[in-house]
Amino acid sequence: MQYVCLIYVPPDLQDMPERDSEVTAKFVAFTKDVIERGVRVASGRLADTSVATTVRLRGGQRLLSDGPFAEAKEVLAGFYLLDCEDLDEAVDYAARIPSAAYGAVEVRPVVER
Amino acid sequence: MRHTAPLRYARLSNAEVAIDRLFRQNAGRVVATIAKAFGDIQIGEDAVQEAYIRLLKLSESAGLPENPQAWVMRAARNCAIDRLRRSLTQSEIAERVARLELAIPDRDAGDSRFPDDRLELIFACCHPALTLESRVALTLRSVCGLTTRQIASAFFVPETTMTRRLARAKRKLREAGGSFALPPAGRLAERLDSVLGAIYLIFNEGYKASGGAQLTNVELCEEAIWLAGLLHQLLPREAEALGLYCLLLFSHSRHATRVAPSGAVQPLEFQDRSRWDMTAINTAAGLLVKHGPLRPTPYVIEAEIAAHHATAERYEDTDWTRIAALYEMLAILNKSPAVELNRAIAVGMAFGYERGLAALDSLSSAPVLRDHYLLHAGRADFLRRLGRSYEATVAYSRALSDVPTLPERIYLEERLRELDPDRE
Repeated sequence: MQYVCLIYVPPDLQDMPERDSEVTAKFVAFTKDVIERGVRVASGRLADTSVATTVRLRGGQRLLSDGPFAEAKEVLAGFYLLDCEDLDEAVDYAARIPSAAYGAVEVRPVVER
Repeated sequence: MRHTAPLRYARLSNAEVAIDRLFRQNAGRVVATIAKAFGDIQIGEDAVQEAYIRLLKLSESAGLPENPQAWVMRAARNCAIDRLRRSLTQSEIAERVARLELAIPDRDAGDSRFPDDRLELIFACCHPALTLESRVALTLRSVCGLTTRQIASAFFVPETTMTRRLARAKRKLREAGGSFALPPAGRLAERLDSVLGAIYLIFNEGYKASGGAQLTNVELCEEAIWLAGLLHQLLPREAEALGLYCLLLFSHSRHATRVAPSGAVQPLEFQDRSRWDMTAINTAAGLLVKHGPLRPTPYVIEAEIAAHHATAERYEDTDWTRIAALYEMLAILNKSPAVELNRAIAVGMAFGYERGLAALDSLSSAPVLRDHYLLHAGRADFLRRLGRSYEATVAYSRALSDVPTLPERIYLEERLRELDPDRE
C-alpha cells in the first residue's frame, strides 16, 4: 500500500535544511535509507510557499493568485511517497523523518485503483 | 469465565437465552477471525450478525446444533464469502477464500484448534492512530459485542453520533491500512499502552459515570474487567496488563457499598467491608502474589495501592505510610493532577492532617486543580478532622459549586449540614 508522508512545518522553518547542516545530513541519511530498503517511490522538498502560485478555473477562466492557497500555521514543505506493508510501518517511517521533530508529518494512504 | 450478561429483553425462550449468552461470549472471537482474514472489522461484524440470525432461525425449527460455537464460526465465514462474491473479481475471491480457509478450519474442531484472534482485534480496535473515544467505542462494539445504542447511552451521546464515530473508525482502519497483525516486540509496549488506556477509560466511565444521577454503571465496569482479564490471559507475561486487571478487580469489589442508602457516595471509611466482593479481592491479591514481585510500572503500582485498601480489615488498619510511598513512586512515573491529589491525601492520612492540608494547598496553584471539587473536598475533609469547622464549611461549599455527580453532591451536602445544622 502506498502512503504519502506530507511534511508540514511552521513557515519560518521551511529553509531548515539549508540553514542547519545537521538537519540536511539527517534528511540525506533518511532518504538514502528508504531508497536502499526499496520503500521509496518518490520524494521531494518544495520551494518556499512565498514563491507558490495558486490556480483556479472559474467559468472557464484561469484565475491565478500569488502565494499559497491559504495562510496556515504550518505549510507543506515536502513529501515522501512510500510503499509500506501497513499503517504501522508507514507511521514508523514518518516518525523518522527529521522534520517530525520541529513540524508534523501527515500520513495519508493513496487510494488504490 | 465471562460474567453472565443481564438479559436485555424480557421473556426470552430457553434457546434465545442460550443464544444471547453465546453471542455475548463468542461474538468477539468470530468477529476477530473474520476481520483479520478480511482486514475489515465491518465485514466481521456483519457476518457474525447474519450468522446469529441464522442460528436463531435454526433453533426455532430444528434446535441448537451440537457445537453452536463452531457452527457460528462456519456460518459467519460463509456469510462473509457470500458477500465477497458480490463485490470482488474471481481471482480476488479465490485469494480471500484461501486466506479464510487457512484461518478457519472447516471441520468441527476441538476448542484448542478453534482460532482465537481476539488479541489482534483488540490491538486493531485500540490502534493509537484512532482517538481514545473511537478506540473505546470500537472495542465495546467489536470485541464485547455491545450494540451501538448501548454504547451511546453509556457515554451519554446520541445514537447517531455513536453510529458515525464507529463507522469513521472502521473506515479509517480499513482505508488507512490498519494492521490486524500483532505489533512487533519493539512496539508492543506502546501499542499495549493504547489498549490499556481504552480499557481503563471504559471502567472509569462505568465506575464514576461522568455526570448525572447514577454513580456507577456496573455493566460497563464488568465489560472492562472482562477485557482486562482477557488481555491478561492472552498476554500473561505483561505486568501492566496484569496490573490493570487487578486494579479493576479491587476497585469493583466495592461496587455494592459505594453509595449509602441516602444516595450519598460512601467514603471507604464508612463502607461495610463485609459486603465487599471477597472473590474478586482474593483473585486479584492471589494474582499479584503469584506473578510477583513485579516491576513497579504505573498500573502495577495502582493495583498495589488498591490491594492495601481492599485487604485492610478495618479502615483504621489501612497502611497509609505505604500507600503514600506508592503514590510517591507513581507521581515520578506519571505526574498527573489526579495522582498528585491522591498523594497529598495519603500524606495527610499517614503523617498528620496538617501536612496533608499543606500538600493540597501547594497543589492549588495548578490551573486544572485550582477550582477542582476534589481538591476542595479534600481540604474540607482535613479541616473538619482538625476541628476547623468554619474553614471546612467554606471548603465544602466551594467543592459543591463544581461537583459533577449527584451522589457526590449529596455527600458534600450531608457534611455541610453536620457542620452547620442551621443550613438549609
